[in-house]
Amino acid sequence: MQPSRNHPVDSVMVRQRAASFTSRSIKTEAKLAGIRLAISMLDLTTLEGKDSPEKVRALCRKAVRPYEGPIDHPVPPVAAVCVYPSHVRTAAKMLTGTGVHVASVATGFPSGQYPLEVRLRDVTAAVESGADEIDMVINRGAFLSGRHGEVAEEIRQVWQACDGAHLKIILETGELETYDNVRRASDLAIEAVDSAGVLQDGDVFIKTSTGKISPAATMPVTLVMLEAIRDHFLSTGVRIGMKPAGGIRTAKSALHYLVMVKETLGDEWLTPDLFRFGASSLTNDLLRQLLKGLTGRYMAMHDFSEA
Amino acid sequence: MTTRLDVVKTCKLFIGGAFPRTESGRSMPLHDTKDRVIAHACVASRKDMRNAVEAARKAASGWENATAYLRGQILYRMAEMLEGRREEFTMAIRNTGGVTPAKARREVEASIDRLVRFAGWSDKYQQVLGCQNPVAGPFYNFTVPQPTGITAVFAPDTPSLLGLVTLLAAPLCAGCTVIAVASESQPLPGVLLSEICATSDVPPGVVNLLTGQRAELLEPVARHREIDAVVAANLTAGQRTTLQEGAADNLKRVHLVKHTEAQWEDDDLVASPWNIEPFVESKTIWHPSST
Repeated sequence: MQPSRNHPVDSVMVRQRAASFTSRSIKTEAKLAGIRLAISMLDLTTLEGKDSPEKVRALCRKAVRPYEGPIDHPVPPVAAVCVYPSHVRTAAKMLTGTGVHVASVATGFPSGQYPLEVRLRDVTAAVESGADEIDMVINRGAFLSGRHGEVAEEIRQVWQACDGAHLKIILETGELETYDNVRRASDLAIEAVDSAGVLQDGDVFIKTSTGKISPAATMPVTLVMLEAIRDHFLSTGVRIGMKPAGGIRTAKSALHYLVMVKETLGDEWLTPDLFRFGASSLTNDLLRQLLKGLTGRYMAMHDFSEA
Repeated sequence: MTTRLDVVKTCKLFIGGAFPRTESGRSMPLHDTKDRVIAHACVASRKDMRNAVEAARKAASGWENATAYLRGQILYRMAEMLEGRREEFTMAIRNTGGVTPAKARREVEASIDRLVRFAGWSDKYQQVLGCQNPVAGPFYNFTVPQPTGITAVFAPDTPSLLGLVTLLAAPLCAGCTVIAVASESQPLPGVLLSEICATSDVPPGVVNLLTGQRAELLEPVARHREIDAVVAANLTAGQRTTLQEGAADNLKRVHLVKHTEAQWEDDDLVASPWNIEPFVESKTIWHPSST
């Protein structure tokens, strides 16, 4: 299967356009509001071989109350905690009733190089353990060798296995080589879920990366994906979500991403229901800048919890 | 025949091993004793200071965990590099300080010797500041000095080189990483010293050098929670208050010094282990002994 339309990407233009979003002046109250918004959009993530239930619990506590010190308006909780399937139960137990979602990577994350039935079982297991968001990886090997129909069919089956849980489709753009491929994979993923049934706004996200491959999220790549989302919205009226993940470490670059979303898709997307940051170290920089704005003094890294 | 134009150096900041301009875009002219402009130096802002602290934090664990012997070697290497550029430093002090050539040369030589002295102390002050304590129990009880952490240095106006080198070398010797603000009226020797650091195996971020206005930088430095210690020379009473009030927030070590020109040359007064002591914390260990 080929995506129904072909959208070639002008790589020079996309880089220039993406760079232009970094030159907006966002100061004082606007900056603090932007930082609070960015915190509420975080998918607090831990995806390491050494993850333990204790670490996941610490992360969940951080998710509900990102900053425990004295502060005028409480810092909002983050959007979700993202863990491996075996830790979903621990996270779900901690987060019930808090409004923070439980996201789980599945489908043989991060490579996706497992038989389809294993990947589908992975999804079902995560959903049964209590995950309400599934971060799947696409089969990049199949995509790059041109077996687009196979990729689309797998996405459809994973979407059906989600059984009501939201789905984030990781394209792993660092392995896709070109912007044209990023755009093609975005269109392919969106059309695959779209063809499987009626979609609601925010049911499905497309996501840049696993965080295991460098380069992870970059502004040009995210822009290409945002444009795919925009074009899909203009032709169908359905809002697909976006999640850049990996490589966003500073509050400043988080604000750049928010500017890009606002100027590409509009204010409707500036909500955790439609835009997320996949990050771990970003949280503390956001908190640091928020506290700097509120108190006027530079904070130390040890003022914030590690998890 | 065409006349040759002088190539004048742009004095920049030294942060994380690189030579950036100040993010504020501000500069100040430096005059020689005949009031001619000889260079322009950056006027660092609090954001440059913040960037320097980030760099110093990144470099901290590497420098702290380097062997004392290596730290000594690197300080000695700085002395070697300074020795090779004696003339340039002498000229810089003469031009901006209005001192006699002999006095300028003496200051440069004292600075070189000061670095060698601290290089020597770097694997020896532990024996002076640490100890084995007598305890009533089956334990060995040791106290060992450990670096305090990120240290800010406000160098005196004069002597512009010797004062800076002295206040910089002590925390480096202790294993701290440093953000130094050079002499406000005569920053040129400080700028040259950053080139010495860049070429003498000092890991990037271990020494960061800013030029600018002390009064502007003092308050944000005092209140910056990532900075663990501040050493400042010849502050006014008002500046002392600012520094101590800001430092109280995160319990910074504040070390104030005030020396005369002659005292800066006195090794026993300004370059002994007791000048390293303000930049170390004492760790005491109880180790079971067989009775």
